[in-house]
Amino acid sequence: MELLRFFTAGNVDDGKSTLIGRLLYDSKSISTDILETLTKQSKTTGVDADIDLALLTDGLRAEREQGITIDVAYKYFTTEKRKFIIADTPGHVQYTRNMFTGASNTDLAIILVDARHGITEQTRRHSIISNIVGIPHVLVCINKMDLVNYDEAVYEKIKADYEHFAESLNLKKVSFIPTSALTGDNVVKHSENLSWYQGPSLFEFLETVEIEQDFKTQEARFQVQYVIRPQTEELHDYRGYAGSVLSGSFKKGDKIAVYPVDLTTTIEKIEKFGQEVEEAYAGEPIIIHVSDEIDISRGTTFVHNPISIADGNTIPSQPIQTEKTFEAIVCWMDNKSFQPGQKLLLQQNSFRSKAVIKEIDNKINIYNFRSEPSDGSLHLNDFCKVTIKTAETLSFDDYANNRKTGSFILINENTNNTVAAGVITS
Amino acid sequence: MDYLDQLEAEAIYILREVAGQFERPALLFSGGKDSICLVHLALKAFRPGKFPFPLVHVDTGHNFPEAIEYRDNLAKELGEKLIVRYVADTIKEKNLQDGKGKFPSRNGLQTYTLLDVINEFEFDACIGGARRDEEKARAKERIFSVRDEFGQWDPKKQRPELWNIYNGKIDQGENVRVFPISNWTELDVWNYIKRENIQLPSIYFTHERECIKTEHGQWMNVNEFVQLEPKDKIENVHVRYRTVGDMTCTAAVESEAHTVDDIIAELKDTKISERGATRMDDRVSEAAMEDRKKGGYF
Repeated sequence: MELLRFFTAGNVDDGKSTLIGRLLYDSKSISTDILETLTKQSKTTGVDADIDLALLTDGLRAEREQGITIDVAYKYFTTEKRKFIIADTPGHVQYTRNMFTGASNTDLAIILVDARHGITEQTRRHSIISNIVGIPHVLVCINKMDLVNYDEAVYEKIKADYEHFAESLNLKKVSFIPTSALTGDNVVKHSENLSWYQGPSLFEFLETVEIEQDFKTQEARFQVQYVIRPQTEELHDYRGYAGSVLSGSFKKGDKIAVYPVDLTTTIEKIEKFGQEVEEAYAGEPIIIHVSDEIDISRGTTFVHNPISIADGNTIPSQPIQTEKTFEAIVCWMDNKSFQPGQKLLLQQNSFRSKAVIKEIDNKINIYNFRSEPSDGSLHLNDFCKVTIKTAETLSFDDYANNRKTGSFILINENTNNTVAAGVITS
Repeated sequence: MDYLDQLEAEAIYILREVAGQFERPALLFSGGKDSICLVHLALKAFRPGKFPFPLVHVDTGHNFPEAIEYRDNLAKELGEKLIVRYVADTIKEKNLQDGKGKFPSRNGLQTYTLLDVINEFEFDACIGGARRDEEKARAKERIFSVRDEFGQWDPKKQRPELWNIYNGKIDQGENVRVFPISNWTELDVWNYIKRENIQLPSIYFTHERECIKTEHGQWMNVNEFVQLEPKDKIENVHVRYRTVGDMTCTAAVESEAHTVDDIIAELKDTKISERGATRMDDRVSEAAMEDRKKGGYF
């Protein structure tokens, strides 16, 4: 069975939480005791519908009081075909960072559009954020069709508008579905009200949409998380590098380059759960042994040696980059704005180094994706193109080529808070 | 990759991040299925090395004997360090009021012992088996959840958690609660137990037990802590436990499930959530869990 992670973005009133509630409710993923509590609550909040499905996802007291989603909530449901992890993200502009967070490790974005209002500033903002996070597939859910008399022309107009807008972005794949979350039209079951629509229901779409498996075909990348050294009598010389294959695959006998020390060695052995394996693929947690004694610690990156590829492999088309200065788009996530010269730590997977933002090159307008001159400031929810300098050499790929090695967070050394997230664009 | 492989890989990645980022981590072990899975995942993450953390159990004194026996055997079999601290000792030391009423719960009291053991060993990270599908406040919690000196969770000040990058930087005195199986559901846990052939305490499977029915229709085990009333009717019922909590606040469910397969079939049919079926402590109010976590609870 496959796993699909998706996130939902929409305006406060687009009915996003209701849609998720509907997915869970109609797929019978809500238990009766939870439903009981909800019915009780719905009565006290005075919402018209039988059950206020939004109450399912708004898990914090403050959210229930204000009737809005503030933080990312994770919800789960399983069908015969797939397990789904939903990151339900807030739509409001002041929670842009939470949306970016929820979107970061998903395969699909569901963007809700209110059929009465069409494409709005919010739709554009959500799409542009999805674009920056590099979501492989965007589904535009044209919702509240019940309030426009299920009119096909309304749907077609919004679809055309969106397609026109999306031309300026690099979204890899875009799909459209008309729904009414409140009444359940076309969420799980096909709806007679939308008989002109021939495509899949939202549920069918989720069960069948192709999950991109980029990591399998990409260049091989591995990063050390932890060095295993039992130091017992029988395992006296054992030294294994524990980590997950970030992308591509590694074989026993592969010649590898090790960064940042910039040395080469050979993979002597790959272990997975106590068994020796010949080859390990993207996503697998393994232990690698190498044939030379070189300085390898947490955060060290392994790649195929571009000079001497085992078994006559071709030279990698995208060699890893190793630099101390690079360009990136960052989303500022801290309430306190960026201070020039602020001491930061950059973390990329398990690699950490002191870092500074050397220059703020451009500000990105998140409503039209255009670059604007920067005034040198970085405030909460700003997206800017910046130049970053690290103390240690960073081994990375462009985010567009590799989401694992092209992403990082910035940590304020003083407060320990995660103050920004970035994607490398060098 | 199969979804169970993906969930397993994510959990192992998180466990290794804990080992790499912290100086004095601990794995909070309750003897329940979720923490048993964590131990199994830790074996996969760190063998042939030793665990880079001890197993820590906060013993309320109301635990099921089967869970305690399982705990002791497991630690011995694995050769890993087990630290046990007792709520009864905390009650004595701090002169606290023990749980009262018909089902005298020590659920609130265990937070004191937990915070004490964290201070005693200066643990900077505590790994736990909580899952986001259990409860809606948990659905909002990070995988690396930073707690202040008082162990408090502040849902409004959570750090953004992006991709698979976990920020475990903290100041002296703070600690991080880490939840590697956040993204697993109850059914995922059982499917994993089946696939990996993980052995569990016997109370997870059907057995005959003396129970009384509560006003909410739940089956409660008759034991030395429960204050029986004249109206209570003791019945012999075929039950099993869906969660292994305290004998005083965990209800049994009627079941004929002898095997893990039986349990999976039963869960696919059930309409009641895990906590709804078994916990008496969440029913108090809508925000009961959120409030307990703000107070330092797991």
